[in-house]
Amino acid sequence: MIETQPKVLMALKNVSYSYHSLSGEIPALSNISFNIYNEEFLAIVGPSGCGKSTLLSLIAKLNEPEQGTIFVENPDGMIRYPKVGYMLQRDHLFEWRTIYRNVTLGLEINHQLQEERLAYVEQLLEEYGLSSFRNKKPSELSGGMRQRAALIRTLALNPDILLLDEPFSALDYQTRLSVSGDICQLIRKTGKTAILITHDLSEAISIADRIIVLSKRPGTVKKIIPISLSVAHKTPLESRNAVEFRDYFNLLWKEIDS
Amino acid sequence: MNLSTQTASEMPLSSVSSEQTAFLEKHKKYHLCIAFSRWSILVIFLLLWELATQLSWIDGFFFSSPSRIVLCLIRLLRQNELLTHCSITLAETFLSFLLVTVLSVLSSIIFWYSQKTAEIVEPFLVVLNSLPKSALAPLFIVWLGTGMKTIIVAGISVALFGSIISIYNGFKQIDAEEVTLIYTLHGTKLDVLQKVIIPGSIPTLLSTMKVNIGLALVGVVIGEFLSAKRGLGYLIIYGSQVFQLDLVITSIIILCLIAMGLYLCIQYMEHFYKKHH
Repeated sequence: MIETQPKVLMALKNVSYSYHSLSGEIPALSNISFNIYNEEFLAIVGPSGCGKSTLLSLIAKLNEPEQGTIFVENPDGMIRYPKVGYMLQRDHLFEWRTIYRNVTLGLEINHQLQEERLAYVEQLLEEYGLSSFRNKKPSELSGGMRQRAALIRTLALNPDILLLDEPFSALDYQTRLSVSGDICQLIRKTGKTAILITHDLSEAISIADRIIVLSKRPGTVKKIIPISLSVAHKTPLESRNAVEFRDYFNLLWKEIDS
Repeated sequence: MNLSTQTASEMPLSSVSSEQTAFLEKHKKYHLCIAFSRWSILVIFLLLWELATQLSWIDGFFFSSPSRIVLCLIRLLRQNELLTHCSITLAETFLSFLLVTVLSVLSSIIFWYSQKTAEIVEPFLVVLNSLPKSALAPLFIVWLGTGMKTIIVAGISVALFGSIISIYNGFKQIDAEEVTLIYTLHGTKLDVLQKVIIPGSIPTLLSTMKVNIGLALVGVVIGEFLSAKRGLGYLIIYGSQVFQLDLVITSIIILCLIAMGLYLCIQYMEHFYKKHH
């Protein structure tokens, strides 16, 4: 993917962001610059509180950078911000809605409850084994199923770029591998761009094409590590068996620790 | 996800174990005991009351008695007055309650929409809420005259401010990340209100309504004390003025029943909501 002349989807240039409170200014991000390439899977790792989530909220345009800019370059040359899908750490499925009405929430908000969109939702529900749970309440589902439902809710809007803010961290290890496997597969299959925030270095190595290491607060780009593993299918499980895995792990560990 | 094992574990067992039977038995006994105790207290109280007046421990003229109350009730029913008084009070209470609910939801939405407005208004709300509203009633009479208007405004004034504070606080307690979720789905502030704030606040709204219906009744009776020609509040004041304490106590008991009925109505709504959501 990256090897064949990567196209830049977005470029962050000298982006800085601070939080302001009466007790003072807390710089969260300082002078961040990097490119996001089309169809790549980018992972962002770094110590707690280094501004990883802030970075995603800037890319999602939930907040505006205080300094610097985020440039957008579309393949069709149009100046149009890519459609962003954002998956939060917790699923936040609403208990007063059925699973079906939860996964179609985004479509409802965007007035896109057209047949083709609903057919896509239908297909995703089928694919993730949630079809028979469509009329259930979120509390009747397991953690993994809930997170899959949250994924469908995000994907229903057909975003160009997926932002994943530690969406697996609340899951147990086994579910985590299977859900992250699902997401990976889908992202690769549909050729979407994705940015994953994670604390789990193995997860980052096993999923991502590139890993950005952020420093302690205020977050700066410490290092960008391209990952290439000698495995046929880059699934989270298979990647962990690659010979290079351990070297990447040690390299990352050293970067974060120093 | 292995679905077959999951549904299997959720299936009820066909034969109930003896431990389960014992548990169910214990549960049933517990609830029977509570219901029995409640009714016993009521019956013993009524019996003692009746006995005390019959044996002249207390003066039935001042303290009335269950038998006197029954006679009074029959008299009122014969005169065809009871229903009028009850329905007037009920109608006024309902109207006040509805207005309180609508006004407090609307105000809470405005405060949620503009935090600045909320902060500006907050001290006034707190003062108005802690003010004894019965002190305002004489003013309402002067301003609005002696009629239903005054009574309904009195009913509203008792419940409104606390209701606004509760509902607005309910709005504020909604998880901030659930709000963010709507924005990540490209929603607007109106979407946040419709999809998260309002549906997420239904439990708060229902519990506030439970309090409000009682308070509206209090306000209406205060209003009726001062300015009514009909209604249970009027009946109480009238009874005390002509020294018919049977009438006063009968009216109070009817008020108790009405208050309980109204509370049960809202509670039923709450059960209905919980069942369907």
